[in-house]
Amino acid sequence: MAYKVEINGEARELDVPGEMPLLWALRNELGMVGTKFGCGVALCGACTVHIDGVAARSCSTPVSALAGRKVTTIEALAESPIGRALQQAWVDEDVMQCGYCQAGQLMNASALLARNPQPNAQQIDSAMAGNICRCACYTRIRDAIAMVAEKGTADA
Amino acid sequence: MLETAIVNRRTLLKVGALAGGGLMLTATMPMVARAATAAGTPALAELNAYVSIAPDNVITIVGKNPEIGQGIKTMLPMLIADEMDADWSQVRITQADSDARKYGFQIAGGSFATPMNWIPMRQVGAATRQMLIGAAAARWGVPAAGLRTEAGKVIEVSSGRSATYGELATEAARLPAPDPAKVALKDPKDFHIIGRSISGIDSPRIVRGEPIFGVDTQLPGMVYAAYERSPVFGAKLRSANLDAVKAQPGVLDAFVIEGNGNAEQLVDGVAIIAKNWWIANQARKHLQIEWDNGEWASHSSKGYDAAARAAMAGGKPQDQIVASGDVDAAFASAAKVLDQEYAYPFLAHAPMEPQNCTSLMHEDGSLEMWAPTQNPGSAHGAVAQMVGIGPDKLTMHITRMGGGFGRRLTNDFMFQSAAIAKKLPGTPVQLIWSREDDVRSDFYRPAGWHRLRAAIDAEGKLTGFDDHFVTFDLGGGSFNPAAMAPDIFPAKFVPNLRYAQTKMATRVPMGALRAPSSNALAYVMQSFLDEVAHETGKDLPKLLLELIDGHEKEPDQQGGFTGATPGFNPGRMRGVIEKAVAMSNWGKPVRQGHALGFGFYFSHQGYFAEVVEASIDNGKVAVHNVWAAGDVGSHIINPFGAHNQVEGSIIDGIGQATALAVEIEGGAAAQSNFHDYQLPRISITPKIHIEWVKSDNAPTGLGEPALPPVIPALTNALFALTGKRVRSLPIDTKLLV
Repeated sequence: MAYKVEINGEARELDVPGEMPLLWALRNELGMVGTKFGCGVALCGACTVHIDGVAARSCSTPVSALAGRKVTTIEALAESPIGRALQQAWVDEDVMQCGYCQAGQLMNASALLARNPQPNAQQIDSAMAGNICRCACYTRIRDAIAMVAEKGTADA
Repeated sequence: MLETAIVNRRTLLKVGALAGGGLMLTATMPMVARAATAAGTPALAELNAYVSIAPDNVITIVGKNPEIGQGIKTMLPMLIADEMDADWSQVRITQADSDARKYGFQIAGGSFATPMNWIPMRQVGAATRQMLIGAAAARWGVPAAGLRTEAGKVIEVSSGRSATYGELATEAARLPAPDPAKVALKDPKDFHIIGRSISGIDSPRIVRGEPIFGVDTQLPGMVYAAYERSPVFGAKLRSANLDAVKAQPGVLDAFVIEGNGNAEQLVDGVAIIAKNWWIANQARKHLQIEWDNGEWASHSSKGYDAAARAAMAGGKPQDQIVASGDVDAAFASAAKVLDQEYAYPFLAHAPMEPQNCTSLMHEDGSLEMWAPTQNPGSAHGAVAQMVGIGPDKLTMHITRMGGGFGRRLTNDFMFQSAAIAKKLPGTPVQLIWSREDDVRSDFYRPAGWHRLRAAIDAEGKLTGFDDHFVTFDLGGGSFNPAAMAPDIFPAKFVPNLRYAQTKMATRVPMGALRAPSSNALAYVMQSFLDEVAHETGKDLPKLLLELIDGHEKEPDQQGGFTGATPGFNPGRMRGVIEKAVAMSNWGKPVRQGHALGFGFYFSHQGYFAEVVEASIDNGKVAVHNVWAAGDVGSHIINPFGAHNQVEGSIIDGIGQATALAVEIEGGAAAQSNFHDYQLPRISITPKIHIEWVKSDNAPTGLGEPALPPVIPALTNALFALTGKRVRSLPIDTKLLV
């Protein structure tokens, strides 16, 4: 049976087994490869998307759980002022080395700032602790989030 | 394409006009000196760079080396762009395919790219600039001497008239190309791109989630492959229930791949094919394979540890690595002898992007690959040979990689991908490993054991040094990650010194992990020297400065494949030690419950001294501050990238020291994913303070040398804090109370 899922504002049909993780539906069925595979068991955060605005691990979210829910991926991050501000800060601060985990980092950071526009350093660490950056660009991830929190997103 | 070639003894410069106008310039320069090439590796005969300019002034520069996050795709073109006086905003960068004839040595490893390319890439830029000046001189009928360049324009000094590079490009392409080795390079004071913090060239695409990594490769009709191999290293496949797997919904095919006897290439396994990788991977649950695990299934880390401890206690190493003076006499006459054992575990690389490779066996028998490889040159000929085609029938695109750390220097995933594609002619197939496959099928940083002895005379001088290193026999090969070089510090700086080794048989695959051998030996040597310093009533920086006192710079080594390698320079070592001491307030009181530790290491031509401020909070090691002083030569080419590499190296090292180990049990890796291989997370990140000691030496690379010293700096801080030595990694705080 086909599942109907709203992804980045678009109604999509997924004719896949219901237990297929959203990650593999995005990547291999819809060709949306911005969301990354890192561990497959919700330990690294590379696959982070938003489900109804909340950060979620797409590698461990079955397609069958998504009926009536809104999925946002990195491909649509720029549609929000917070997303645009973070993308700009990521480039301005030269946050990344390899960049592979950064889609997940950005999705998690944008969910953080959406619920808490001015997190302190501890709140940033705590919110981002689920996202591994193997290159360890952590000081810059911290700084970039703090920069957006400080400047706000009015210009973005 | 209009093309002229001017060939001379040293240089081949090819110049062509782009279709639609513009300039393309390829410079091929022989390398200064080379080591013999390993079997199967194409001759490393040329080094090569490539520039094209479009009429709209867009300058496209080819980044020749693989990008794993070390920033090389941005940095090498910066060298060209600066010398040609390009406007950086007009520069675009494309990634080269694997092509040894065109681009020479394309590797992401050894922190080689900076020392190898610092001059040649600048020469390419300078030669390009000279041709553009020549075109303007011809167009205006004026001498070239009266022209200058700035931000993508040639300007006549007297009149102020100017022409853009885009306007001149087609005419420039018709001019004879200069010999890059003879063009004048800039006075460094005129650098306008070198030394500027420039954000990664691919970053804007990455933050938008655009397909850019190997695993993002998508081709029409592409299918996916999962690969099941034995977790026991060295196992052979006897039989598999392919029919049951093929019957699974969504599975398109399943077949046995027979290994070729070389674990660095192809091991036995079963490939499962589906239109969705998750379906292929899920079907592995239904596989029943009978493996012949052989004698290796009895191997374990515990067994290696017991054998190594017995060998060290037995006292007689198998063979000598280096010896100087009279070591036995130094120990016989010592007032005090230190005698300790150090050990460190296997480590996995675990780059964030799991191993993958996309291959398409075309109907005409040629093979096309999209390969996230740090080392395309070593795979190119060998993969072609394995599938039975000539190397010219293999087109290998190098993709951006989600990390490497040395894992992707070994290309087993490419051989797997090609072997699978060969069975599916006309169908593109993307092989993806699960994280479990990645952690359990790595080429691990070798575990190692050292029995170290120090002889100290009545005046408190270190007179003798002896290391019995227990390691693994990895057979032949051009690179041995389990070897210890004879010149590891303090060799040459202690009058009576001996390094010797005993090797154990193994089938555990091993390879280069970021700062190979140094990532382990820095811990061992700098920890033990800290013990010597403590025993003789001084601190480690003082002991190190005493050891190098009066020693001259060693002569440069000719014949390395990076060209002439500068000899070890005690003056540069002194420079970074003094800088780290000064910037960290070394020797001054620190916060209650905190302590400082020191470490120095020289690797990959870089000198780093680091100080760690650590505490133990609730039984866990906490690192608060790290001060790093580095000397990598005269210029920091891209400070953004440079600082990022140092910060990452330091956190990587702290992670290794505090949390990481792969244990072999039953001939297989016991760890499998991030729950039992716990990479560092944001919350452990200290404040990192970096300063450069600029010296009059050509710049060298930063992917590796900042990592090794942070580990002993941390373990030495924990000694200062607790009075207990960390003599095996990872750190077990239960042993420190």
